[in-house]
Amino acid sequence: MNKDMKILIVDDFSTMRRIIKNLLRDLGFTNTQEADDGLTAMPMLESGHFDFLVTDWNMPGMSGIDLLRKVRADERLKTLPVLMVTAEAKRDQIIEAAQAGVNGYVVKPFTAQVLKEKIEKIFERVNS
Amino acid sequence: MDSNNNSLGEFENTLKKHAQELVESLERGRFGDAVQLIHQLNQTRDRGLYQEVGKLTRELHSAIVSFQIDPAMPQAEEVSQITDATERLSYVVKLTEGAANRTMDLVEASTPVLNDLAGEAQALSTDWQRFMRREVAAPEFRDLVKRVDSFLTHSAEGNRKVSGHLNDILLAQDYQDLTGQVIKRVTALVTEVESNLLKLVLMASQVDRFAGIEHDHDQLRAEKDQEKHPTRGEGPQIHADKREDVVSGQDDVDDLLSSLGF
Repeated sequence: MNKDMKILIVDDFSTMRRIIKNLLRDLGFTNTQEADDGLTAMPMLESGHFDFLVTDWNMPGMSGIDLLRKVRADERLKTLPVLMVTAEAKRDQIIEAAQAGVNGYVVKPFTAQVLKEKIEKIFERVNS
Repeated sequence: MDSNNNSLGEFENTLKKHAQELVESLERGRFGDAVQLIHQLNQTRDRGLYQEVGKLTRELHSAIVSFQIDPAMPQAEEVSQITDATERLSYVVKLTEGAANRTMDLVEASTPVLNDLAGEAQALSTDWQRFMRREVAAPEFRDLVKRVDSFLTHSAEGNRKVSGHLNDILLAQDYQDLTGQVIKRVTALVTEVESNLLKLVLMASQVDRFAGIEHDHDQLRAEKDQEKHPTRGEGPQIHADKREDVVSGQDDVDDLLSSLGF
Protein backbone atom coordinates (compact mmCIF):
# COMPACT_ATOMS: atom_id res chain seq x y z
CA MET A 1 0.00 0.00 0.00
CA ASN A 2 1.34 3.41 -1.01
CA LYS A 3 1.64 5.50 2.16
CA ASP A 4 1.89 8.70 0.11
CA MET A 5 -1.50 8.21 -1.51
CA LYS A 6 -3.75 11.25 -1.49
CA ILE A 7 -6.86 10.76 0.66
CA LEU A 8 -10.00 12.91 0.85
CA ILE A 9 -11.96 12.80 4.15
CA VAL A 10 -15.59 13.95 3.85
CA ASP A 11 -17.65 14.50 7.02
CA ASP A 12 -19.80 17.42 8.15
CA PHE A 13 -18.39 17.26 11.71
CA SER A 14 -14.92 18.73 11.98
CA THR A 15 -14.12 16.60 15.05
CA MET A 16 -14.87 13.38 13.14
CA ARG A 17 -12.68 14.57 10.25
CA ARG A 18 -9.93 15.25 12.75
CA ILE A 19 -10.28 11.80 14.38
CA ILE A 20 -10.12 10.04 11.00
CA LYS A 21 -7.19 12.23 9.95
CA ASN A 22 -5.31 11.34 13.16
CA LEU A 23 -6.04 7.61 12.78
CA LEU A 24 -4.87 7.70 9.16
CA ARG A 25 -1.69 9.50 10.23
CA ASP A 26 -1.12 6.79 12.83
CA LEU A 27 -1.37 4.26 10.02
CA GLY A 28 1.26 6.23 8.09
CA PHE A 29 -1.02 8.14 5.69
CA THR A 30 -0.17 11.82 5.98
CA ASN A 31 -1.34 13.11 2.60
CA THR A 32 -4.95 13.92 3.55
CA GLN A 33 -7.42 16.68 2.70
CA GLU A 34 -10.88 17.43 4.07
CA ALA A 35 -14.33 18.42 2.78
CA ASP A 36 -17.52 18.96 4.76
CA ASP A 37 -20.07 17.47 2.33
CA GLY A 38 -20.51 16.02 -1.14
CA LEU A 39 -20.95 19.42 -2.77
CA THR A 40 -17.50 20.63 -1.63
CA ALA A 41 -15.93 17.18 -2.12
CA MET A 42 -16.93 16.71 -5.77
CA PRO A 43 -14.91 19.61 -7.28
CA MET A 44 -11.91 18.60 -5.13
CA LEU A 45 -12.13 15.03 -6.44
CA GLU A 46 -12.52 16.23 -10.03
CA SER A 47 -9.37 18.34 -9.94
CA GLY A 48 -7.29 16.84 -7.15
CA HIS A 49 -6.05 13.38 -8.31
CA PHE A 50 -7.13 11.62 -5.13
CA ASP A 51 -6.29 7.94 -4.58
CA PHE A 52 -8.84 7.17 -1.87
CA LEU A 53 -12.12 8.63 -0.57
CA VAL A 54 -13.39 8.23 3.00
CA THR A 55 -16.92 9.62 3.38
CA ASP A 56 -19.75 9.93 5.89
CA TRP A 57 -23.34 9.24 4.72
CA ASN A 58 -25.57 11.79 6.43
CA MET A 59 -24.44 15.30 5.49
CA PRO A 60 -26.21 18.51 4.48
CA GLY A 61 -25.87 19.61 0.87
CA MET A 62 -24.91 16.35 -0.81
CA SER A 63 -25.02 13.11 1.17
CA GLY A 64 -22.29 10.48 1.05
CA ILE A 65 -24.42 8.01 -0.92
CA ASP A 66 -25.11 10.64 -3.58
CA LEU A 67 -21.42 11.52 -3.66
CA LEU A 68 -20.61 7.81 -4.15
CA ARG A 69 -23.08 7.61 -7.06
CA LYS A 70 -21.59 10.76 -8.64
CA VAL A 71 -18.09 9.32 -8.31
CA ARG A 72 -19.14 6.01 -9.91
CA ALA A 73 -20.88 7.89 -12.73
CA ASP A 74 -17.80 10.00 -13.48
CA GLU A 75 -15.61 8.50 -16.22
CA ARG A 76 -12.34 9.54 -14.54
CA LEU A 77 -13.35 8.78 -10.94
CA LYS A 78 -15.36 5.57 -11.31
CA THR A 79 -12.53 3.31 -10.11
CA LEU A 80 -11.66 5.46 -7.06
CA PRO A 81 -11.78 3.28 -3.91
CA VAL A 82 -14.46 4.56 -1.51
CA LEU A 83 -14.79 3.73 2.19
CA MET A 84 -17.99 4.77 3.92
CA VAL A 85 -17.64 5.61 7.62
CA THR A 86 -21.11 6.35 8.97
CA ALA A 87 -23.62 5.99 11.79
CA GLU A 88 -26.22 4.74 9.29
CA ALA A 89 -26.79 1.13 10.35
CA LYS A 90 -29.91 -0.09 8.54
CA ARG A 91 -29.45 -3.25 6.48
CA ASP A 92 -31.24 -1.60 3.54
CA GLN A 93 -28.75 1.25 3.63
CA ILE A 94 -25.71 -1.04 3.66
CA ILE A 95 -27.17 -2.98 0.72
CA GLU A 96 -27.89 0.32 -1.05
CA ALA A 97 -24.28 1.44 -0.55
CA ALA A 98 -22.98 -1.92 -1.77
CA GLN A 99 -25.15 -1.67 -4.88
CA ALA A 100 -23.93 1.88 -5.47
CA GLY A 101 -20.38 0.49 -5.56
CA VAL A 102 -18.86 1.20 -2.15
CA ASN A 103 -15.56 -0.62 -1.43
CA GLY A 104 -15.92 -0.78 2.36
CA TYR A 105 -18.43 0.14 5.06
CA VAL A 106 -17.53 1.04 8.66
CA VAL A 107 -20.27 1.85 11.21
CA LYS A 108 -19.68 4.49 13.86
CA PRO A 109 -18.58 4.21 16.60
CA PHE A 110 -15.53 2.38 15.27
CA THR A 111 -12.03 1.49 16.46
CA ALA A 112 -8.63 2.27 14.94
CA GLN A 113 -8.21 -1.47 14.32
CA VAL A 114 -11.43 -1.72 12.26
CA LEU A 115 -10.46 1.28 10.14
CA LYS A 116 -7.02 -0.23 9.52
CA GLU A 117 -8.44 -3.65 8.56
CA LYS A 118 -10.95 -2.20 6.11
CA ILE A 119 -8.39 0.04 4.42
CA GLU A 120 -5.95 -2.87 4.08
CA LYS A 121 -8.69 -5.09 2.66
CA ILE A 122 -9.74 -2.46 0.12
CA PHE A 123 -6.19 -2.05 -1.20
CA GLU A 124 -5.52 -5.79 -1.22
CA ARG A 125 -8.46 -6.12 -3.62
CA VAL A 126 -7.63 -3.03 -5.64
CA ASN A 127 -4.03 -4.14 -6.15
CA SER A 128 -4.78 -7.81 -6.84
CA MET B 1 -62.55 13.47 29.16
CA ASP B 2 -65.77 12.53 30.96
CA SER B 3 -67.56 15.66 29.82
CA ASN B 4 -66.55 14.94 26.24
CA ASN B 5 -67.95 11.46 26.42
CA ASN B 6 -71.11 12.84 28.01
CA SER B 7 -71.73 15.41 25.34
CA LEU B 8 -70.95 12.89 22.63
CA GLY B 9 -73.14 10.29 24.37
CA GLU B 10 -75.97 12.80 24.61
CA PHE B 11 -75.65 13.54 20.91
CA GLU B 12 -75.65 9.87 20.00
CA ASN B 13 -78.68 9.18 22.21
CA THR B 14 -80.60 12.09 20.70
CA LEU B 15 -79.58 10.90 17.24
CA LYS B 16 -80.88 7.36 17.90
CA LYS B 17 -84.11 8.51 19.50
CA HIS B 18 -84.86 11.15 16.87
CA ALA B 19 -83.96 8.85 14.00
CA GLN B 20 -86.73 6.45 14.97
CA GLU B 21 -89.21 9.30 15.48
CA LEU B 22 -88.12 10.76 12.15
CA VAL B 23 -88.85 7.52 10.30
CA GLU B 24 -92.21 7.22 12.07
CA SER B 25 -93.29 10.76 11.24
CA LEU B 26 -92.21 10.34 7.62
CA GLU B 27 -94.16 7.07 7.37
CA ARG B 28 -97.24 8.81 8.78
CA GLY B 29 -96.76 11.71 6.39
CA ARG B 30 -96.19 14.27 9.19
CA PHE B 31 -93.50 16.29 7.36
CA GLY B 32 -93.77 19.29 9.67
CA ASP B 33 -92.78 17.09 12.64
CA ALA B 34 -89.96 15.55 10.59
CA VAL B 35 -88.46 18.95 9.74
CA GLN B 36 -88.79 19.92 13.40
CA LEU B 37 -86.88 16.76 14.42
CA ILE B 38 -84.12 17.38 11.87
CA HIS B 39 -83.80 20.90 13.24
CA GLN B 40 -83.50 19.56 16.81
CA LEU B 41 -80.88 17.04 15.70
CA ASN B 42 -78.89 19.78 14.03
CA GLN B 43 -79.08 21.90 17.14
CA THR B 44 -77.79 19.11 19.39
CA ARG B 45 -74.98 18.36 16.95
CA ASP B 46 -74.04 22.04 16.63
CA ARG B 47 -74.15 22.52 20.40
CA GLY B 48 -71.76 19.57 20.86
CA LEU B 49 -69.55 20.78 18.05
CA TYR B 50 -69.36 24.31 19.42
CA GLN B 51 -68.60 22.91 22.85
CA GLU B 52 -65.75 20.77 21.52
CA VAL B 53 -64.35 23.51 19.30
CA GLY B 54 -64.54 25.82 22.31
CA LYS B 55 -62.59 23.33 24.45
CA LEU B 56 -60.05 22.84 21.67
CA THR B 57 -59.60 26.59 21.34
CA ARG B 58 -59.13 27.02 25.10
CA GLU B 59 -56.66 24.14 25.17
CA LEU B 60 -54.76 25.59 22.20
CA HIS B 61 -54.63 28.92 23.92
CA SER B 62 -53.29 27.43 27.13
CA ALA B 63 -50.75 25.41 25.12
CA ILE B 64 -49.60 28.60 23.40
CA VAL B 65 -49.32 30.30 26.77
CA SER B 66 -47.44 27.40 28.33
CA PHE B 67 -45.03 27.09 25.37
CA GLN B 68 -44.67 30.87 25.46
CA ILE B 69 -44.97 31.09 21.71
CA ASP B 70 -46.33 34.42 20.57
CA PRO B 71 -46.14 34.93 16.81
CA ALA B 72 -47.29 38.52 17.24
CA MET B 73 -44.23 39.37 19.29
CA PRO B 74 -41.18 37.83 17.67
CA GLN B 75 -38.87 40.28 19.43
CA ALA B 76 -40.34 39.54 22.86
CA GLU B 77 -37.74 39.61 25.58
CA GLU B 78 -38.94 36.33 27.00
CA VAL B 79 -37.97 33.67 24.45
CA SER B 80 -40.25 30.68 23.95
CA GLN B 81 -39.37 27.42 25.66
CA ILE B 82 -38.82 25.80 22.28
CA THR B 83 -36.39 28.54 21.22
CA ASP B 84 -34.74 28.20 24.59
CA ALA B 85 -34.45 24.40 24.15
CA THR B 86 -32.97 24.88 20.67
CA GLU B 87 -30.40 27.26 22.07
CA ARG B 88 -29.61 24.83 24.87
CA LEU B 89 -29.03 22.01 22.39
CA SER B 90 -26.78 24.27 20.29
CA TYR B 91 -24.85 24.88 23.48
CA VAL B 92 -24.47 21.09 23.92
CA VAL B 93 -23.12 20.80 20.36
CA LYS B 94 -20.70 23.67 21.03
CA LEU B 95 -19.54 22.23 24.33
CA THR B 96 -19.02 18.67 23.05
CA GLU B 97 -17.19 19.98 20.00
CA GLY B 98 -14.98 22.14 22.20
CA ALA B 99 -14.18 19.20 24.51
CA ALA B 100 -13.40 16.90 21.57
CA ASN B 101 -11.06 19.46 20.03
CA ARG B 102 -9.40 20.27 23.35
CA THR B 103 -8.79 16.54 23.97
CA MET B 104 -7.36 16.05 20.49
CA ASP B 105 -5.14 19.15 20.87
CA LEU B 106 -3.70 17.70 24.09
CA VAL B 107 -3.17 14.24 22.57
CA GLU B 108 -1.47 15.82 19.57
CA ALA B 109 0.74 17.88 21.90
CA SER B 110 1.66 14.80 23.98
CA THR B 111 2.56 12.43 21.13
CA PRO B 112 5.77 14.23 20.00
CA VAL B 113 6.98 14.52 23.63
CA LEU B 114 6.66 10.75 24.08
CA ASN B 115 8.13 10.04 20.63
CA ASP B 116 11.19 12.23 21.37
CA LEU B 117 11.75 10.52 24.74
CA ALA B 118 11.36 7.08 23.15
CA GLY B 119 13.90 8.00 20.46
CA GLU B 120 16.38 9.35 22.99
CA ALA B 121 15.98 6.27 25.23
CA GLN B 122 16.48 3.96 22.25
CA ALA B 123 19.73 5.70 21.25
CA LEU B 124 21.00 5.70 24.85
CA SER B 125 20.08 2.04 25.30
CA THR B 126 22.17 1.07 22.26
CA ASP B 127 25.22 2.93 23.62
CA TRP B 128 24.58 1.64 27.14
CA GLN B 129 24.69 -1.95 25.84
CA ARG B 130 28.06 -1.15 24.25
CA PHE B 131 29.29 0.24 27.58
CA MET B 132 28.15 -2.97 29.37
CA ARG B 133 30.11 -4.97 26.81
CA ARG B 134 33.13 -2.73 27.72
CA GLU B 135 33.25 -1.34 24.17
CA VAL B 136 33.21 2.30 25.28
CA ALA B 137 36.43 4.22 25.81
CA ALA B 138 36.86 6.83 28.56
CA PRO B 139 36.24 10.03 26.50
CA GLU B 140 33.12 8.56 24.94
CA PHE B 141 31.99 7.40 28.37
CA ARG B 142 32.14 10.97 29.70
CA ASP B 143 29.94 11.99 26.76
CA LEU B 144 27.55 9.10 27.52
CA VAL B 145 27.27 10.18 31.16
CA LYS B 146 26.34 13.72 30.01
CA ARG B 147 23.70 12.26 27.66
CA VAL B 148 22.26 10.09 30.45
CA ASP B 149 22.14 13.15 32.68
CA SER B 150 20.37 15.24 30.05
CA PHE B 151 17.99 12.35 29.27
CA LEU B 152 17.00 12.17 32.93
CA THR B 153 16.23 15.90 32.86
CA HIS B 154 14.28 15.59 29.58
CA SER B 155 12.46 12.59 30.97
CA ALA B 156 11.32 14.48 34.06
CA GLU B 157 10.25 17.48 31.93
CA GLY B 158 8.39 15.29 29.46
CA ASN B 159 6.74 13.42 32.27
CA ARG B 160 5.51 16.67 33.81
CA LYS B 161 4.23 17.88 30.45
CA VAL B 162 2.35 14.68 29.56
CA SER B 163 0.95 14.35 33.11
CA GLY B 164 -0.32 17.91 32.82
CA HIS B 165 -1.92 17.13 29.45
CA LEU B 166 -3.55 13.95 30.85
CA ASN B 167 -4.94 15.99 33.71
CA ASP B 168 -6.31 18.57 31.25
CA ILE B 169 -7.87 15.76 29.18
CA LEU B 170 -9.59 14.60 32.34
CA LEU B 171 -10.87 18.12 33.01
CA ALA B 172 -12.10 18.45 29.41
CA GLN B 173 -14.62 15.68 30.21
CA ASP B 174 -16.57 18.10 32.45
CA TYR B 175 -18.81 18.74 29.44
CA GLN B 176 -20.58 15.46 30.30
CA ASP B 177 -22.00 16.93 33.51
CA LEU B 178 -23.05 20.22 31.90
CA THR B 179 -24.52 18.74 28.72
CA GLY B 180 -26.23 15.99 30.75
CA GLN B 181 -28.08 18.62 32.78
CA VAL B 182 -29.10 20.56 29.68
CA ILE B 183 -30.29 17.45 27.83
CA LYS B 184 -32.35 16.32 30.82
CA ARG B 185 -34.13 19.69 30.87
CA VAL B 186 -34.83 19.54 27.15
CA THR B 187 -36.08 15.94 27.49
CA ALA B 188 -38.50 17.07 30.20
CA LEU B 189 -39.78 19.85 27.93
CA VAL B 190 -40.22 17.47 24.98
CA THR B 191 -42.23 15.09 27.19
CA GLU B 192 -44.41 17.97 28.38
CA VAL B 193 -44.95 19.24 24.83
CA GLU B 194 -45.85 15.73 23.70
CA SER B 195 -48.46 15.23 26.41
CA ASN B 196 -49.98 18.67 25.67
CA LEU B 197 -50.06 17.89 21.97
CA LEU B 198 -51.69 14.54 22.72
CA LYS B 199 -54.43 16.36 24.66
CA LEU B 200 -55.00 18.64 21.66
CA VAL B 201 -55.17 15.67 19.32
CA LEU B 202 -57.75 13.95 21.54
CA MET B 203 -59.83 17.14 21.63
CA ALA B 204 -59.57 17.53 17.87
CA SER B 205 -60.71 13.94 17.42
CA GLN B 206 -63.89 14.78 19.39
CA VAL B 207 -64.52 17.65 16.98
CA ASP B 208 -63.94 15.26 14.08
CA ARG B 209 -66.55 12.87 15.48
CA PHE B 210 -69.18 15.59 15.87
CA ALA B 211 -68.45 16.99 12.44
CA GLY B 212 -68.32 13.48 10.94
CA ILE B 213 -64.84 14.02 9.48
CA GLU B 214 -62.99 10.82 8.48
CA HIS B 215 -59.23 10.79 7.83
CA ASP B 216 -57.53 8.51 5.34
CA HIS B 217 -55.16 6.78 7.77
CA ASP B 218 -53.56 4.63 5.09
CA GLN B 219 -52.60 7.70 3.14
CA LEU B 220 -51.23 9.42 6.25
CA ARG B 221 -49.15 6.33 7.04
CA ALA B 222 -47.89 6.13 3.46
CA GLU B 223 -46.79 9.77 3.64
CA LYS B 224 -44.96 9.05 6.87
CA ASP B 225 -43.23 5.97 5.43
CA GLN B 226 -42.06 7.99 2.48
CA GLU B 227 -40.25 10.32 4.87
CA LYS B 228 -38.22 7.32 6.01
CA HIS B 229 -36.57 6.59 2.67
CA PRO B 230 -33.14 5.03 3.36
CA THR B 231 -31.21 7.54 1.21
CA ARG B 232 -32.13 10.30 3.63
CA GLY B 233 -30.16 8.84 6.50
CA GLU B 234 -31.42 8.31 10.03
CA GLY B 235 -28.29 8.91 12.07
CA PRO B 236 -27.18 6.68 14.93
CA GLN B 237 -29.56 3.86 15.88
CA ILE B 238 -30.46 3.92 19.56
CA HIS B 239 -32.08 0.47 19.78
CA ALA B 240 -29.94 -1.41 17.29
CA ASP B 241 -30.10 -4.61 19.39
CA LYS B 242 -33.91 -4.62 19.35
CA ARG B 243 -34.43 -3.97 15.66
CA GLU B 244 -34.31 -6.59 12.94
CA ASP B 245 -33.61 -4.17 10.11
CA VAL B 246 -30.55 -2.63 11.76
CA VAL B 247 -27.06 -4.08 12.14
CA SER B 248 -25.78 -4.29 15.70
CA GLY B 249 -22.12 -3.65 14.95
CA GLN B 250 -19.22 -3.92 12.52
CA ASP B 251 -19.33 -7.76 12.58
CA ASP B 252 -22.93 -7.65 11.33
CA VAL B 253 -21.92 -5.22 8.57
CA ASP B 254 -19.09 -7.54 7.53
CA ASP B 255 -21.40 -10.57 7.49
CA LEU B 256 -23.99 -8.73 5.43
CA LEU B 257 -21.41 -7.48 2.93
CA SER B 258 -19.79 -10.91 2.60
CA SER B 259 -23.25 -12.41 1.96
CA LEU B 260 -23.50 -9.89 -0.89
CA GLY B 261 -20.22 -11.18 -2.31
CA PHE B 262 -17.85 -8.58 -0.86
